[in-house]
Amino acid sequence: MTNYDVLLVGGGHNGLVCAAYLAKAGRKVLVLEANEALGGAAASREFAPGYSVSSCAHWLTHLSPKVSKDLDLERHGLQLAARDLDSIGLNPAGQHVTVKGGSVEGEGLSAADKQAYVEFHRKTIKFSRLLAKAFAMRPPKLVEANFTDRINLLKLGLGMKMLGREDMSDLLRLALINMYDVMEENFDNETLKALLSFDGVLGAHMGPRSPNTVFGYLYRRIGDVHGYNGPAVVKGGMGALATSVANAARAVGVEIRTLSQVERINLVDGRAVGVSLQGGEVIKAPLVVSNADPVTTFEKLVGYRHVETGLVRRVSQIRMRSGTAKLHLALDGLPGFSGLNEAQLGQRLVIAPTMDYIERAFNSAKYGESSLQPALDISIPSIHDDTLAPQGKHVLSAIVQFAPYDLKLGWDNHKEQFTRQVIDTISAFAPGIAERIVASELLTPVDLEREFHMKGGHWHHGEISLDQVMMMRPFPGATQYGTAVGGLYLCGAGSHPGGGVMGLAGRNAAREIIKRGEAA
Amino acid sequence: MSGEQRDVMMLQSPFHSRVVAANELNEWDCWAGYTTPTAYFDVELEYFAVRSTTGVFDLSPMNKYQITGPDAQAYLDRVMTRNISKINVGRVGYSVWCDDAGQVMDDGTIFRLGENEYRLCAYARAMDWLSWCAMGFDVNIEDVSDQVAALAVQGPTSCSCLKAMGLEGIDKLKPFGLVHYDFEGEDLLVSRTGFTGDLGYELWIAPHKAEALWDKLFAAGEPYMIKPIGSHALELTRIEAGFLQAGVDFVPAQDAVRLGRSRSPFELGLGWLVDMSKPVFNGKQALLKEQREGSRFRFVILDVEGNKPAHNSFIFKGKRKVGTVTSAAWCPTAKSNVAFAQIEMPHGEVGENLVAEIYFERELHWSRVLAPCKVIETAVFNPPRRRTTPALAF
Repeated sequence: MTNYDVLLVGGGHNGLVCAAYLAKAGRKVLVLEANEALGGAAASREFAPGYSVSSCAHWLTHLSPKVSKDLDLERHGLQLAARDLDSIGLNPAGQHVTVKGGSVEGEGLSAADKQAYVEFHRKTIKFSRLLAKAFAMRPPKLVEANFTDRINLLKLGLGMKMLGREDMSDLLRLALINMYDVMEENFDNETLKALLSFDGVLGAHMGPRSPNTVFGYLYRRIGDVHGYNGPAVVKGGMGALATSVANAARAVGVEIRTLSQVERINLVDGRAVGVSLQGGEVIKAPLVVSNADPVTTFEKLVGYRHVETGLVRRVSQIRMRSGTAKLHLALDGLPGFSGLNEAQLGQRLVIAPTMDYIERAFNSAKYGESSLQPALDISIPSIHDDTLAPQGKHVLSAIVQFAPYDLKLGWDNHKEQFTRQVIDTISAFAPGIAERIVASELLTPVDLEREFHMKGGHWHHGEISLDQVMMMRPFPGATQYGTAVGGLYLCGAGSHPGGGVMGLAGRNAAREIIKRGEAA
Repeated sequence: MSGEQRDVMMLQSPFHSRVVAANELNEWDCWAGYTTPTAYFDVELEYFAVRSTTGVFDLSPMNKYQITGPDAQAYLDRVMTRNISKINVGRVGYSVWCDDAGQVMDDGTIFRLGENEYRLCAYARAMDWLSWCAMGFDVNIEDVSDQVAALAVQGPTSCSCLKAMGLEGIDKLKPFGLVHYDFEGEDLLVSRTGFTGDLGYELWIAPHKAEALWDKLFAAGEPYMIKPIGSHALELTRIEAGFLQAGVDFVPAQDAVRLGRSRSPFELGLGWLVDMSKPVFNGKQALLKEQREGSRFRFVILDVEGNKPAHNSFIFKGKRKVGTVTSAAWCPTAKSNVAFAQIEMPHGEVGENLVAEIYFERELHWSRVLAPCKVIETAVFNPPRRRTTPALAF
């Protein structure tokens, strides 16, 4: 029997990244993944014969260049089929708005709006750059007087001062308010306002008027700091990225077992000592790192009854209601979108013509209903990557908001109808697309929860909002990847800095474990 | 406002009609939202009823929670510091429970009524915390506070009173044991427990039989000098017996607003209730840390010179203030002046000599004495009759 130093529960991208860093530092690591495919929510799936698509996240916007370089992901097979794509906000009248990194274009756009966007983008990138610094380190604790934490806090404080008086006060003001107000303050064009504010609510249970959405927007802009001047498409889908990370991990000695679902994290005297797999196999190791979200980790794997009540309270209160579904369409040819040429079809297409449209879509979710007219983030990756569909055919992937996890009607009764509503919403901008559909698939939050073992189907393993980030992520008391359970660490999107295919949670967790050494 | 129309804000115990009739002084206090008598006729005579004959205290306002279900024991083991599996069916255990910081939230008694059925008697309202604790357990928790009326029957003749009332074989009941009787068709639960440190029992019954129970008990107990007692007399007996009172000798952790005002079981002299061999219980991690790093305070019982109770006194070691008194009383039976105090570590070891600064008033004239005092090992009152089984007939 092999002796492992670390067991990694879950082979999501963060888990694989964490495993690779640990193995590079000389640890013997075993990754246990429940699914057949690695990558967790960074995965590809063949949803109809010959048609494949990224099954959850479909744009690469955030991947940390540090992680990419440290693990040499390109050498291990990571290829981008396209990068620095535009985001096009579709307008019913055909006056689409195109964001190209730091500038914006569009027929109906005033010169003032164009200029305002340049300034807005400059400022947000400045803020996000500061945020990115905090993302690359463990979140400093506020109460305990740890030297490293003090220095890190000092650096962040200094970074804020360095923004200059005006920008600093703007950051403090903006970070707490909502996208709706900020958009109203800066722009006139409705479609531009909606396009930008949609970035603030992606994957979240929030509308443009919800507080925290500016933070959500800045969070998205971390991608710009990480060198993505717009979304990128991974060749082979997100699953290929996972494969490259897995290859990198194996190259440094990580052992990976798929179809090995961890049923329980075993404790002795309140300390993690290993895991039990479905089927009964028991594997021991002095350290267990969970890539699962914090609720799944403590509720299902550790078991609430095996930890103290205060901890259970914290975990059970993490806000992780997803409002996001995923639609996949197999198409027998390239669809036509009104007012878009073929080159534009390969860009990121957003159906959210006005902020009120998004807010109304969110209203339904608040009351346990799906949106009558959902807001959509659409990708047609087969334009850039011909391996995803048969010759001449295409796949369309759409992130659909809002589809609440706790649907009043129950998803079994409503899935078909909602699929039709989403397709109708797309048809309004792409007439005739319905006739091109060969196969379709809708993944509701309930499906996402089942497929990817994410509580509530939440993409980010917990809402990204000011009360759940930094030293409050995943919850106070478990903020530096360690937990109240000795020998148990968290390395998933539920930990700082959070969700998105970024790899930093995994990297930071590994660094913390390595730093603690014997004490871990 | 006429009496009939007046809304009463305070709740009334199921024994209220009998308590009112017996309450010659008409002195009342509030306990958990209920009216409770502080004294019926004379505090000292009531005290001596407990120590010489039998005193009866209405403890119906006590918070009571029924915990049932397949995980009841596992659940209580996670909530409580002590090992619940050691409480057999038909037995009662005393325990404290802590928050995650290892600070005492409350103390209470746990009655094991059946294999998977427990009743917890607590000082403070606990439903919220008990419910939080239930996540992950297959248990049902019900607040039965107003479904169970209760009387404490305490004192040397208490067993004789109950026997005279027809409770056959009650003398065989061991301390911390419980037994069921039929009382006019209702279940009467009797436990050999109490808050006085004397031979004594607690009687638990459905509220609609409360008055009948009172009447029958007092009729049967008359030859044994049975008397009702109020909270002031009870206070004297519990200090004499060395029992802590939540809310007096410690602040329940959930009520403490200021940092550092709550206490751990070790700091309350209740370390014997903490079973570190259990894999998990609330507060364990913090208490392990406290064991490694040391406690901040020590709970001590002081034997104070003189006859002035050291109420609210500062305790000095030489010129240095090292603690404060939480409870104090002149204890008539033990004939000693007792004080409970929280002393800063490392002071307060058994045998240590300290000084209590006592202020007292006589006809609006305040005086101060510096009374020498000594840390003693155990409570000053602990008679064999409290434990002897079968209970002695007095």
